[in-house]
Amino acid sequence: MMQIGLTHYLVLATILFSIGLIGVMKRKNLLMLFFSTEILLNAVNVGFAAISHYYNDLTGQMFAFFIIAIAASEVAVGLGLLIIWHKRSGNINLDTMSSMRG
Amino acid sequence: MFEAIAFYLFAILTIVMFYITVTTKQALFALTALAAGMIFISAFFFMLGADFLGVVQIIVYTGAVMALYAFGMMFFDTTREVKERSGSSFIIWGLSILSAVFTVVIFSAPIIGSKIESLYPSIKEATNSQSVGMVLFTKYLVPFELAAVMLLVAMIAGIVMAGKKMDRSLTLMREEDILAEEVNRKVIL
Repeated sequence: MMQIGLTHYLVLATILFSIGLIGVMKRKNLLMLFFSTEILLNAVNVGFAAISHYYNDLTGQMFAFFIIAIAASEVAVGLGLLIIWHKRSGNINLDTMSSMRG
Repeated sequence: MFEAIAFYLFAILTIVMFYITVTTKQALFALTALAAGMIFISAFFFMLGADFLGVVQIIVYTGAVMALYAFGMMFFDTTREVKERSGSSFIIWGLSILSAVFTVVIFSAPIIGSKIESLYPSIKEATNSQSVGMVLFTKYLVPFELAAVMLLVAMIAGIVMAGKKMDRSLTLMREEDILAEEVNRKVIL
């Protein structure tokens, strides 16, 4: 209980990942969808850093860096698209974005 | 002892903050709670000895990403609530089963990987930032440069998309004006 091991961090990462997944499933606001995606990426980063520490290996931290870089570029592109959509339609509801149904 | 106290404190704080982010109706609450959760996440990185990653987490996430969201939210009417309709049960069931499978895989991963040898063992004499630099600029140089190019492309894309017609608000214009403008543009093109 008092000794914090790898399992503690993995359980925490799983809980955070589940919270993010619930957000992705439940929310219809597109901005909240982006927030939930950030939570998912952060949960994975915690797991990578924990494994990197307990196996004495730097590869996990490297992966976490690249995940942060990808998250930053995802935010830039996604927010640009979101602003265009809001200018065109006036709302950011996910249910209204069905024009590509074919 | 202190590690256990810090771990449980920050774990509870992070889970509460992210839960608020996921469940709240107010976009501003969600943004603030997410920023706080990101800072609490960086505490785990410091506890795990990944100092550089913790600093990058604070600078990039709470500095850059949260500022970007805050600027982006100025374009939206955040006081108006988005009407939430529950999704189809098929998607929820499928994703629940998928997340259950993921949970089992994550918990069984350390058991399977107990005989793993470390690929790039961290050097005892060097600090975390030094060893990160050594690995990043030798083994991971090409992905590092590719990430730089990707960030540049994303920056240009964000500027091009968000900066289009910045002087006028399409939401405040009347529908006929927008339609007339689009017709005009098609004629010009």
